Amino acid sequence: MIPIQHYLLVAALLFCIGLAIVVTKRHFIGILLGIELMLNAVNINLVAFGRHDPERLTGQLFALFVIVVAAAEVTVALAIILRVYGRYKTVDPDEVSDLKQ
Amino acid sequence: MEAAAFYGFSALAIFAAFFILFSKNLIHAAFALFLTFLGVAALFVLAGADFLGVSQIMIYVGGILVLLIFGIMLTQKITKNDNSSKHNRIEVLIRREVWGFLVGAGLFVVMLRIIVTSDFRMKGDVMTNKSTIKTIGVELMTSHLLPFEIAGVLLLVALIGAAYLAMNRNPTS
Repeated sequence: MIPIQHYLLVAALLFCIGLAIVVTKRHFIGILLGIELMLNAVNINLVAFGRHDPERLTGQLFALFVIVVAAAEVTVALAIILRVYGRYKTVDPDEVSDLKQ
Repeated sequence: MEAAAFYGFSALAIFAAFFILFSKNLIHAAFALFLTFLGVAALFVLAGADFLGVSQIMIYVGGILVLLIFGIMLTQKITKNDNSSKHNRIEVLIRREVWGFLVGAGLFVVMLRIIVTSDFRMKGDVMTNKSTIKTIGVELMTSHLLPFEIAGVLLLVALIGAAYLAMNRNPTS
């Protein structure tokens, strides 16, 4: 059986890579990729601790709800990105700096 | 055997994540995200969450990744002298490398310290090799019924909101 620290290490590494992606990418969709990676890394933690709760599986249920919220978030975010692209003709978050044209 | 599978899939997920971080082509990054999701799903299965692993593959790979690739294609600039014999490269510049490295590495060092120095005393007994589908179904319909319904309403709201936002993209001009 794998010790729980190894799961936590993998999750922490994935989370930090996702955070670095969010900071460095100059593209809205690239930032979304980073956010999805971070949500997935959190799910690994929940599932790894849920291993020790076989009767109620609270960790796995929470991870399931995280997946649902991630799906809802990415649809709305993509719709907003399409609107922003239609107005500003750019996908670089640094160039979308004025409130109203 | 279990350890080999765990470390193999962890290495797959982490290498694919690093590929996303360093790749300049956004389509390649999206497909590397697919590999990462696959590795994470395998980690779920190794941790005894078989239903969650399958739903991870179905929702993320089948739904979210296709949506992201659609988003990449819809927000692409069309250049006039487009050579159709070459495949499209969607270049993404990288900014603030120093800040990204500092934030990521700093947070990782903090988490590493916490994880290494922590000493978890697990109370419950470890999961045996039985399927979790029955437990998840019973729990969703009994003690987690309210979050389940709220998740349903949230998905409906997201569906209607996303359809309304994406429709009619240039109302004035």
